[in-house]
Amino acid sequence: MSTVVLLLFTGLGLGALYFLVAAGLSLIYGLMGVLNFAHGAFLTLGAFTGWEIARRTGADSWWTFLLSLLVGAVAGAVFAAFTEFVLIRRLYRRHIEQVLITVGLSLAAVALFDGIWGTDAVFIQGPAWFKETTEILGARIPNDRFICIIAAVLVLLALVFFLKNTRYGMIIRAGVENRSMVTALGIDVRKAFTLVFTIGGAAAGLGGVLASHYFGYVSPLLGGSLLIFAFIVTVIGGLGSLTGAAIAAVAVAVLQQFANFYLGGTGDFVVVLALALVLLFRPSGLLGRTS
Amino acid sequence: MTATAQAGPILRIEGLNAHIAGQQVVEDVSFTVPATGITALLGRNGVGKTSTIKAIIGLIDRSGLVELDGVRVEKEPTYKIIRSGVGYVPEDREVFSKLTVAENLRLAERDAAPRRQLVEELFPDLLARSGQMAGTLSGGQQQMVSLARALLNTNKILLVDEPTKGLAPKIVAEVAETLAEAAKTVPILLVEQNLQVVRQLAAGAVVLSGGKVVHTGNALEFLDDDGLTQRLLGVSTEAVSHEASPHAEARHAAASQEKGAAL
Repeated sequence: MSTVVLLLFTGLGLGALYFLVAAGLSLIYGLMGVLNFAHGAFLTLGAFTGWEIARRTGADSWWTFLLSLLVGAVAGAVFAAFTEFVLIRRLYRRHIEQVLITVGLSLAAVALFDGIWGTDAVFIQGPAWFKETTEILGARIPNDRFICIIAAVLVLLALVFFLKNTRYGMIIRAGVENRSMVTALGIDVRKAFTLVFTIGGAAAGLGGVLASHYFGYVSPLLGGSLLIFAFIVTVIGGLGSLTGAAIAAVAVAVLQQFANFYLGGTGDFVVVLALALVLLFRPSGLLGRTS
Repeated sequence: MTATAQAGPILRIEGLNAHIAGQQVVEDVSFTVPATGITALLGRNGVGKTSTIKAIIGLIDRSGLVELDGVRVEKEPTYKIIRSGVGYVPEDREVFSKLTVAENLRLAERDAAPRRQLVEELFPDLLARSGQMAGTLSGGQQQMVSLARALLNTNKILLVDEPTKGLAPKIVAEVAETLAEAAKTVPILLVEQNLQVVRQLAAGAVVLSGGKVVHTGNALEFLDDDGLTQRLLGVSTEAVSHEASPHAEARHAAASQEKGAAL
C-alpha cells in the first residue's frame, strides 16, 4: 500500500510539472496554431535564473525560494513575450517556418545556457523542509512533491479564473474555438497572442524552478527532457484545453511512475503507447475540440 | 444611422480578386452598395458570394480596392475594417459554442455605449438564455446571437451571409423581419439563397457567376425576369411567390416611379 501511495504522490508531483509546461503549450497551440518547440527553453531559463537567485541570496531560505519562483516565472514570461513579439508574430499561418524557428531557438538557447552556466548539471539546494518527508498511509513522501502539486493547483485555479472572468480570458477562449471570427468582431487578437505566450512562459519558468527542486539539479537540457512529455500531455488532453492538459498531465505522470515500478522501467514506452491509443481512438484528445 | 462622408455608395468594390489555398475564388469583382436599404449578393452555389464577403473584410487573401464610406480599407487588417463600422454575420452563424450567450454578446461589444436595449427588444429570447452555452442553442437561436452581435454596435454597413440557411420557415420569417427592421438604420449587403426573402427585402441585386459579377440592378426586376434568373441562378422564380410583402410592394412602386421620372 505504501508503495502505491508513494508512486501516486511522486506521479502527482511529476504531473504538476508536466501541467505547468503543457498549460502554455496547449493554449498557444489552441489559440494560434503554433507548435512551440522553444517552450522548454522558457522552462530552463526559469530554472537557471531561479537557481541564480537562490545561490546569491541563500538557498535554504523560504523567502529565497519564493523569490526564485517569482524571478523564474518573470524570466520565462519575458523570454516568451520576446519570442512571440520578435519571431513568431511574423510567421502566423506559416507553420513550417514556425517549427523551424522554434526548433532553432531551442537549440540556440541550449547552446547559450551551456555558454553561461556550463554543460554539467548544477545541483540545487532548497529550504531544509524539502529534504524531509511526510508520512501518508505508511508512505514517506518527499516534501518537494507537495510544493509542486500546490503550485500547479494554484496556477490552474488562477488560469481558470483569468479565462472565465476577464475580457482577455474570454477572447482567448473564443480564439481557441474560432480565431478568425474573433478578428471579425473587431478584436485585435494579436494582443491575446502575446498575452498567451507570456502566460505560458511564466508557467514554464515557474515549472523550471520547481523541476530543479523535484529532480535536485538544473541543466541546459532540463527543459527539453520535460518538453517531450508536455507535448504528449497536450495531445492527450486535447489541444487548447486547459482542463484536458491538467487531467492528462496527472494521468501520464502517474501511469509513467507505476509502469516504471511494476513493469520494469517501461514508463516512457507506456506513455507513448497511451498517446498512440488516444490518437487512434480519440484524435481530438480527452477534452479537445472536434474538427 | 451613421452619417456617411459623401452621398455616394457606402461600399465600393473594384477589381476584387481573392484566393483560397492558391485557387482563385473571386475574379475582378466590382460593384457598389448604396447607403440605404438592402442589396442582395446572389448567385449559384460556389460562385464566390461568401468569399466576396470574406474578401471585403480581409478574412481571406485578396487584392483590389475596397472603399468603405469613401475611405480605402483594403490594406487594413480585419479587426480595423470591422472597427471602422462593419457588422459581419457569417454563414453558419459561427457563434462561440463554449461561451455563453451573454459572453458571445459581450465579446462583440466594441462601442463605448453598445445598443444592448435594441438587442434585448429584438431578441427577448436571448435575454432569457443569457447564461446558456451558445453551442446548445437551436440553429435559429444561434442565428439570433449572430445577428445580435452585429446589431450591438453602430455600423456603416452590415455584411450578412445566408442568415436563413437551414432554418425553419417560421424562423426564416423572424430573421427576415429583423433584417427589415435593421435595414431602416443601416445598409445591408445580403447573401441569400432564399429568393422569397430576397424579394421581400432587397432593393438592389448583384449577381455573381464563376467568381465574376454578371448582373447588377433592381432586385425585384431581376427576380421578375424568369429567363434571367433561370440562366444566372439556375432556379425559376415562378416558384417564388409573387405575393409581395409590404416592403417589396413599396420598393417596387418606388422603382417604377424612378423609372417613370427617368423617362
